[in-house]
Amino acid sequence: MTDVLGEDEARRTVETVWRLESARIVGALTRLVRDVGLAEELAQDALVAALQDWPRIGVPDNPGGWLMLTAKHRAIDRLRRNDRLDANVAQLGNSFADRQREAIHNGSADFDAVIDDEDLTDDVLRLIFIACHPVLPTPSRVALTLRLVGGLTTEEIARAFMVAEPTIAQRIVRAKRTLGEKRIAFEVPPAPERAERLASVLEVVYLVFNEGYSATVGDDWLRPDLCREALRLGRVLAELAPDEPEVHGLAALMEIQASRFRARVDLSGRPVPLADQNRGRWDQLLIRRGFTALLRAGSTNRPVGPYVLQAAIAACHAQARRAEDTDWERIAALYQTLLHVAPSPVARLNCAVAVSMTSGPEAGLSIVDELTGHSALRDYHLLPAVRGDLLAKLGRMDEARVEFERAAQLTRNAPEREALLRRAYAAGAV
Amino acid sequence: MRFLMTTNGGGPAPTPELFAEMGRFVEELTKAGVLLAGGGLDPKGTHFSARSGQVTLTDGPYTEAKESIVSFALIEVRTEDEAIELAKHFWRVVGDGEGDVRRVYGAED
Repeated sequence: MTDVLGEDEARRTVETVWRLESARIVGALTRLVRDVGLAEELAQDALVAALQDWPRIGVPDNPGGWLMLTAKHRAIDRLRRNDRLDANVAQLGNSFADRQREAIHNGSADFDAVIDDEDLTDDVLRLIFIACHPVLPTPSRVALTLRLVGGLTTEEIARAFMVAEPTIAQRIVRAKRTLGEKRIAFEVPPAPERAERLASVLEVVYLVFNEGYSATVGDDWLRPDLCREALRLGRVLAELAPDEPEVHGLAALMEIQASRFRARVDLSGRPVPLADQNRGRWDQLLIRRGFTALLRAGSTNRPVGPYVLQAAIAACHAQARRAEDTDWERIAALYQTLLHVAPSPVARLNCAVAVSMTSGPEAGLSIVDELTGHSALRDYHLLPAVRGDLLAKLGRMDEARVEFERAAQLTRNAPEREALLRRAYAAGAV
Repeated sequence: MRFLMTTNGGGPAPTPELFAEMGRFVEELTKAGVLLAGGGLDPKGTHFSARSGQVTLTDGPYTEAKESIVSFALIEVRTEDEAIELAKHFWRVVGDGEGDVRRVYGAED
């Protein structure tokens, strides 16, 4: 069944199918041609072909399959004509993919087998690993992951991060070139380096989530689209690498944090702190998904890492029906473990908040004061914000006001700045 | 965006092959990070109607089979077009039948 469509509708269908399928297509092509830049170029060719053909012949019954098939045909043509392969045959390894490439090049391949070969799940996982490769600077990893794995356009990525489009385009071009020049292997990393490579993948996904969760710049406190894209990537990863506890830990952390979307902003778009949120507005479906992911992390029977611990902390908050029911003892203990597993100044700052809830603001303040000289937190607005909060609880209002003002200066997010200035004003008015 | 994909009863009786195909489709949705919840509904049920404070219960089945929902999937996607595309895929797997795709509000801002 095909309907002949107008140009516009065909374009929309092509674009939608592309977003849904591009990771699998680019992954499959990368395995064939061994170059992520070339793979994407060939996949884009297939996209252009669809834009030309579908308005005339109608949308095929299996549009994703059509794109995949067209793209693979182009990849095979490219491999047949690739003279450089002659020179490289000697360097080819003995893996199935290598032998397949050689067979395609010298014409002895069974092309139906190449076309039908569906090693899809691993292709997408390999694609995620290559897009997040440590050889690339972090902003490039983020852009390339959203582009290759998320199927987002350069324009969409630029808009999400409030960066000029040419900047993102350049990051992507350079990243692809670097991966090609350094001959980065298209593989799920072998055991010795897997943990480190996986950490890089999780970091990229969580970065995207956080950029949406507390936008560092601009007038929106929340950019849910970015959060949801990260959440989707996290859910995909959990299915692709189910034996990795940290993958489930990250998924759990994002599910539980995303459950608070509706409660994090009041009607006028102002941020609402966790303690003041209307917990009835938390999304119980996402909380339950978060708990399930946390259980899956536990069932791997492997040591917990920083994401599992942070998810466990988020779960403690999610379990409290009212803010005063929060099990701060358990949260403080989890932070102690986190600081042991993955020490970081931000984790210490969060730990200080938990300690202030179990042992009083004075105890929390002494931890915060140890952090004030820390270079990594020099421009981190939450340090003075937390310090101001603890000082206010101790009745030291003048000092609190100064801290809130400093925090307001440091944040680049408009609604947050307003909230901090209101607190500074309130502290000064006492 | 969240959408509820539903299928109605009254179609051809499902075969084991169809169940296997559906299983694969559900797995695919899960792998794509799209499926939030799903399930099948017993065609029997209890029908409620409330009029001026009076609640009346009647035993189902209470409508034509092809008007009642027999299965649902709650999905989270980026655009309505994506929901439509996934539903097309679903109906290509299932063959004859009827159902709806409708946006779910309240889950987000």
